[in-house]
Formats: sequence, C-alpha cells, structure tokens
Amino acid sequence: MAPVLELKNITKQFPGVLANDNISLTLEEGEIHALLGENGAGKTTLMNILYGLYQPTRGEIFVRGKKVEIHSPSDAIAAGIGMVHQHFMLIPVFTVTENVMLGAEETRGGGILDRAAAAQKIREISEKYGLAVQPEAYVKNLPVGVQQRVEIIKLLYRQADILIFDEPTAVLTPQEADELVKIMRSLVQQGKSIIFITHKLREVLEVANRITVIRRGRVVGATTPAEADQKKLAEMMVGRQVDLLLEKKTPKVGDPVLKVKDLVVLDHRDHILVDGISFQVHAGEVLGIAGVQGNGQTELVEAITGLNHPVKGTITLLGHNITHATPRQITKLGVGHVPEDRQRDGLVLSFPIHDNIVLNTYFKPPYSKGVVMQAERILAEAEELVKAFDIRTPSAKNSAGSLSGGNQQKVIVAREFSRPTKLLVASQPTRGLDVGSIEYIHARILQKRDEGCAVLLVSPELDEILQLSDRIAVMYRGKIIAIVDAAKTTKEELGLLMAGIAPKTEGKEVSHG
Amino acid sequence: MAESKQPDTQAPAEKEPKKEQGFMRVFLQELTSQSLLIPILAIFTGLVLGAIIIILTSEEVYAGFGKSFGAGLSASWNAVRTAYNALFTSAIGSPSRMIAALQGDDALEIRRTFNPILESLVASTPYIFAGLAVALGFRSGLFNIGVEGQLFIGAIFSAYVGYRFAGLPAFIHLPFALLAGMLGGALWGFIPGWLKAKTGGHEVINTIMMNYIAFRLSEWLLMGPMKRPDSFNPVSPTIADSAKLPSFFEPPIRFHAGFFLALFVAWLVYWFLFKTKWGFELRTVGANRHAARYAGMNITVVTVAAMSLSGALAGLAGANEVLGVNYNLALAFSAGYGFDAIALALLGKSHPLGVVLAALLFGTLRSGALGMQLTAGIPIDIISVLQAFILAFIAAPAIIRTIYRLRKPGTKEEDSLVLSGWGEG
Ligand SMILES: Nc1ncnc2c1ncn2[C@@H]1O[C@H](COP(=O)(O)OP(=O)(O)OP(=O)(O)O)[C@@H](O)[C@H]1O
Ligand SMILES: [Mg+2]
Repeated sequence: MAPVLELKNITKQFPGVLANDNISLTLEEGEIHALLGENGAGKTTLMNILYGLYQPTRGEIFVRGKKVEIHSPSDAIAAGIGMVHQHFMLIPVFTVTENVMLGAEETRGGGILDRAAAAQKIREISEKYGLAVQPEAYVKNLPVGVQQRVEIIKLLYRQADILIFDEPTAVLTPQEADELVKIMRSLVQQGKSIIFITHKLREVLEVANRITVIRRGRVVGATTPAEADQKKLAEMMVGRQVDLLLEKKTPKVGDPVLKVKDLVVLDHRDHILVDGISFQVHAGEVLGIAGVQGNGQTELVEAITGLNHPVKGTITLLGHNITHATPRQITKLGVGHVPEDRQRDGLVLSFPIHDNIVLNTYFKPPYSKGVVMQAERILAEAEELVKAFDIRTPSAKNSAGSLSGGNQQKVIVAREFSRPTKLLVASQPTRGLDVGSIEYIHARILQKRDEGCAVLLVSPELDEILQLSDRIAVMYRGKIIAIVDAAKTTKEELGLLMAGIAPKTEGKEVSHG
Repeated sequence: MAESKQPDTQAPAEKEPKKEQGFMRVFLQELTSQSLLIPILAIFTGLVLGAIIIILTSEEVYAGFGKSFGAGLSASWNAVRTAYNALFTSAIGSPSRMIAALQGDDALEIRRTFNPILESLVASTPYIFAGLAVALGFRSGLFNIGVEGQLFIGAIFSAYVGYRFAGLPAFIHLPFALLAGMLGGALWGFIPGWLKAKTGGHEVINTIMMNYIAFRLSEWLLMGPMKRPDSFNPVSPTIADSAKLPSFFEPPIRFHAGFFLALFVAWLVYWFLFKTKWGFELRTVGANRHAARYAGMNITVVTVAAMSLSGALAGLAGANEVLGVNYNLALAFSAGYGFDAIALALLGKSHPLGVVLAALLFGTLRSGALGMQLTAGIPIDIISVLQAFILAFIAAPAIIRTIYRLRKPGTKEEDSLVLSGWGEG
C-alpha cells in the first residue's frame, strides 16, 4: 500500500538561503514521524510547503499515492492535511464552537448558523480522542494547553487525517506536554498520521515510530527510538559530540545584587498574582525559579524589569530602589532581560536583525552619536554577534521575521548576553532551541555567573533549572513555598513542591549572607 | 551561504556621497521588490478600468455601436484616446511644442509650454506635505485622519502671520509664517495624540472630531475676526509680499519655492525616520508596542510627539497653499488634500520617497483632469474614480496578485504596517 503521504525531492530556495535541499520523506498510516533538526534546518519551511503557505522551488507531493498540487491551506485541507501552528490562530472572544466553525460553517435553512449541530460534533470528536474540550467555553478563558486542543479539533472537524505539529510542546508546561503526548497516541490509534517537530529529544524517543534528522536543509539520517538514544540523536542533529551535562564550577558567591521584599503584584483585573514574595540574588550565583507556569513567575519578572509595577513591597538593585523604576532606568543599571514571549516583547519582527540587536541600547554611544544612529557601527556589531552566536542567516540585514524560531531566540540572547550586566533575568532562555544551542547558551549563563553576574533563571523545565541553578526557589500560587539547595535536591522533591506540597521541615530553607 | 550576496549590496557608484547612496539604495530595493511592483500595476489597472468607464459613459460610443460594431469600436478607441491625450497634455504638456519652444527664442512661448508640468508640480506640493504627515503617523502606528483639519489650522496660523506682521523683512517674515503654520498643525495633532496617550481615546475618532472643529473654526474666523474688511466674501486679507514663498516666473505661472521645500522636507522626514534614534523609537512603537516598552521607550512621549509632528507636516501643507498659491485664506481652500493624503501614503507605502512619487501622480492627475474636462468633455470626477480604483487595488493587493499571477512574497510583515494602529487601544 502506498504511504499516506510522500514528499519527493522538495527544494526551497529563499533569497540567499537554501532552506530545503532535495528532501524526501514518507509518512505511513497510523504512525508518528518525528522531524528533528537544528534551528534553521528547514523543518518549518518544509511543513509550510506541505500546508500550502510556501511553494516549493522543486519537488512533488503525493497523498495516498496520488500527486497533489497544494497552493494554499485550503488545498491542503482538501487533501486531508492539517497543521497546528506554534502561534495559535484563534479568536479569543469567540467560543470554542464558533472558532471551530469559522471557515467551515454548519448552516441550516439557508444561511443560519447551526451552532448546536457543530457543538454536538465537537463533543463527539472531543470524546473520541480524549481531548476534554467544552464547546461552549470562551477561548480567552482557556489555558494554553486547551487552546492547542481547540486547534486540533479544528483540524479533526475538517476531517484532516494527516496532522502536522510544529513544536507543539514549546508553549506547554511539562504537564500539558505529557497530556498532548497521550492525545497524539490516541489520534494515531484511530488511524490518523502525524508529523511531529520538536527539540525535546525525550519526547521524540517517547512517541515517535520513526525519526528523520535534517541538517542545513538536507536529510542526514533516519532512525527509530529503538536504535537511538538522546546522545545519538543530538549528534546526528548537530554533527558533532554534544555534552548534555555541563560541568559547573563551585560558585563564588558575592554580595546581594537583587533584593525583593514582600512583593505584591496584581494583574489588570486586580487578581493577586505575586503574593508577598521575598528573596535575594547574589553576585556569582544562579537562582532558579521553578514552578508550573502561571503561578506568578511572569508577573514577578515583569515587576523586576519595570514592565509592571507592584502594589506593595520593594525591589532593590545594588542599593538603588527600583520598585517604580522604568525599564530604561533598570536597563541602564545593568540588567539584561530575556523575555518570556520573544515575538511579543523581545523582537520587532519586521525590523532587520541589526536593529533588533540594539533594541535597548540604540540610544547610547557607540550606536548613536547625538541623535544620529551609527548604522555602520551597528551593522558591524550585529554581524559579529551573528557569527558568535551562530545565528543562521545570510546577513544581519535580513528581517528578524525571516529567521527560524530558534534563531529568533538567539538574537535576543545575543543582545542580552553581549553587554556588561550585573543582573541577568532570563525567562525560558532556551525555549525552542536545539540541543547544540541549548548547550551553548547554558555555558554562557554559567560564564556570566562565573564573571560575577547575578542570574535569575525562570523555567518550567526542571532539567534546565537543576542543571544551572545554585539555589532553587519554587513558586506556587504567587508564593515562594521553598528555597532549596540545588545540589541537594531531587526532581521528585521539586515536583512535590511545584504541586504545592510544602516541605515538612522548614529547615530546608537555604540562603547566603 | 556567504557567497550569495543580495544585489543591493553590490556597491553602487562610489563617487556618490554616502547619504545619497542610502537613499538610492532604498529606492532601488523598493523598485525591484514587489512593494513597488504592486502600486505600478495598480495604477495601470486603474487606468484600464478608467478607460472602460469613459467608454461606457460616452454618447459617441453608443451612437457608434448603433451604426455598426466597427464604428462602435473605433468610437470607443477615440473616446479613450482623446480623454487620456487631453489628460496627458494638460498635465505634462505637449512634448513637441516644448522642444519647438526651446529651439526658438520666445521666452513667453517657453513658459507657456512648460506651464502644464509646472502646474502639476504646484498641485503636487500640498500632497507631498500632507502625504508625509499621514505616512509619519502610519510609521508610528497611528491613523491620522485629521490631516485635513491640521492643514486648515496651519493655513489659518500662517495667513494671520502673513498679513498681520506686514513690514517684517522677508527673511524673517516667511520663516515665521511657515513656522506658525507648522505650530498650528502641530497643536491640532498634539490634542488627539495627548488624548490617545493619556486616556486611550482612539485617534481616528478624535482626529475626525478635530477636523469638524477646525472647519467650523475657520468659517467663524473668516466671517468675523479674520475677514477682509473691504469684502463681502469670507476671505482673509492678502498676505504681505514678504511672507510669500518666492516664485520663479511671472504670473500666471504659479510655480513657487514650496515644491523644493516639500522635497527638502521629504528628505528630512526620511532622515529623521531612518537615521535618528527618535525615528527609530517612532518606528519601533509603530511596529511593536510591546517590544518598544520592553526596550525602555516611552510610548506616551513617542505617541504625542508623532501626532504633533504629523500635524506640523499637515500644517505645512496649509501654509504652502496660503503662502505660495492663494496668498490669502478662503473658505474650503483645500479640496480634500488631507483625505487624499491617506490614499497617497498607502500608495507610497509610508516611505517618504514613495510619498513624493505618489504625490506627483496625484498632483498630475488632478491638474490634468481640469484640462481633460475642458478639451475632451470628460467630467473631472473620473479622476476621483480612477484614484479610488488605484487605492482599492493597493488596499487589496490580492486582487492585483491574482490578475497578474504574482507570487505572494515570502514574509507577511510589510502589509501589517498600516493595520497595527487599529488593533490595540
Ligand atoms: N520567509 C523567509 N524568507 C527568507 N528566509 C527564510 C524565510 N523563512 C525561513 N527562512 C530561512 O530558512 C531557513 C530554515 O528556516 P525554518 O524556519 O524552516 O527552520 P526550522 O528548522 O523550523 O528551525 P527552528 O527549529 O529554529 O524553528 C532559515 O535559515 C531561515 O532563516
Ligand atoms: Mg521552526
């Protein structure tokens, strides 16, 4: 029997970049086929071609043995191909039903929307695949994980049986990611076929039937979870040995750099999201903030970086009270910030890379003299950072939006790590990065710490927190329920703390100075 | 990967000064990219559709088809040819007469033959200023619908300075009158900018309101305080000669220094937007408000400043008409420059150079339309229809892409520029 999907010799040339170079790939019925590759390897491009967003320069696509021409997403859907994008395409003020119906409206009696029929269908789909989605709920009230399931329902509603997931777990908490894995299993059991893109090798080994590795636009290998382990996959991707574990020197802890005292932060609806938090970060140490996403970490970081002002408490940076300081003042005091949402806060996608490199230092010499920006100086600096941080692009003049997701993150990291800082606030700094880049950025974080910078690291990834931190603060419902010594704690203990199960003895608390 | 350089980096002429090179490079880049291809095709398609309308509304064509198919076709061809010929000669002039006049010695004939094209430049000048005003707003993510009102206030200010301070030497009086115009427009832009920054009031609504206030205010002033004492008409006194923008020929040729001022201001706006840190802040706020905040930019200040600057440019459009063309302030002296400017800024992709080109097109069409009406009997409104077509195609590039089977450009960023003003409150 012919495979469900076959890509033959797909090539895609962007100006200056050969994103896909003669890629061939098959997808069998009922399998999960993982696509693995470095940032900028060409995975998203390949999927966008399959979904009709780009036209290939060369190559053919076959669905169930029949050649198809895909010029637009509607062609793709007609061929039974559906895609869950990393950035959801939902309308927040609509209900689940309305979002799902949009573009495939169910009508009765000549043009009247039949919401009830659609809702019924959604309920059936939801039950069949274990999605647990309420058709009547408003999308804006749903957590990210559930919104993603709404996207999946949209595809199933349109009878797609080839599903593309592009880094679906990058936006999910580890718990939500586990659930998605279950859902993917139930989807393939019912005869759907899935192409799954991720940078998390553990997930690949857990769910994939087959694995294809792409490097610089070319297929460089294929394997199965039975034949491979994380180390081997990492090597296939990057083409060299990767240290999955870093060696960490003992910290040379100095004076406190950041002091947070009794901090209370509200959201715009006056809900308390940070509830009386106190802690300190010292020069030369990494304080990790662990916790399930949505327990106040985002708001804590916003308060420290001046994006949101606390209603109570004080924040002190090197003796300066910055409780009500502006982001500009805080940057000038020597704070670097890798924001959680890179496309919203960290980058201007329509601007060239070099403008993004100076996004928060553009006003200072040598980037500006008087009011005039020094374009050549900025470009030279940017080209250097592009090389140093291995940002895959033909030129720093290309727009940030033309970069692959992981390379966009590298632009931000390059900007925030390359200037002298006393405090580095990093929210999920390696989100969406390949193993090679993660290794590199982890090394840079430790290098910053060894240079005497204080580092506040926020991440829902326990592995990352455990690897980098010297101390770990666990946030739960707006409070820090424990601060533990990273060398002495375990994943299990942190897991319990993150679930809100406080330690029996208060003696666990550690602090310097 | 390094060997595949983009064509624009392959050094243009080296003798050129640095700044020029930057400007030309942007121009060439735009020219070869689809962002310029689409406006050009839109203009072409607009002209084709305009031709169809000319045919459909022509009596001769119907009479021709009444006789025979062939006669109908030739009447159609004639109608379109006469109309566009008249449009061309009254907008640009007749090339053969120009050459003949240049070969002869008759200075009057030279002036007469070149007058049409000079008139087109005169008509383009306020479009350049007003288009820059809208474009600057777009770049900062603001939809300034109030250019027309700001233009009126600018005109009022500079007219007042123009006749009230007679006796000043020209090198003080003229700059003073121009500055007054800018100040008036800036004030009218500042108010909605401030309302937006402080209260979140949407600039589209507030600038529309400010337009009405400006119109009624100018009516009241021209009926009362600013009315020329010896006249029954609502018209202001004539400005002093010292406040007039210098003109280079004798009347009736109206071509004046305002055109060069407009080109200079366009260059200034380009320099400001793309070379200074203030322009960088303005564009960042326009492209991504969240990133601007993250980067430590003061969005309140940038919003208010952008609206004021936009208003100042609009004010210059009004000042230009008063100081360079009319020499007084009359009711409804602006035939909707401020509204056409929105279309024009879109056509010019909110780039100063694009705005200048689009303004030249609009000015030429406007000044040619008059002649077309006189010689070919085609109503002047056909030009509005034509402009509307062009605009519709610019706004919906998908239509043009479908007609001409163009491929969609790789990135979707460019089209999002204008819309960013609408989403957030
Ligand atoms: N629209 C575009 N214009 C120009 N170049 C592009 C465009 N889209 C992608 N590219 C380039 O093509 C290459 C492949 O990008 P792609 O997004 O497919 O990578 P990816 O494998 O998905 O990476 P990541 O893991 O970081 O998401 C990159 O070098 C990128 O810069
Ligand atoms: Mg990708």
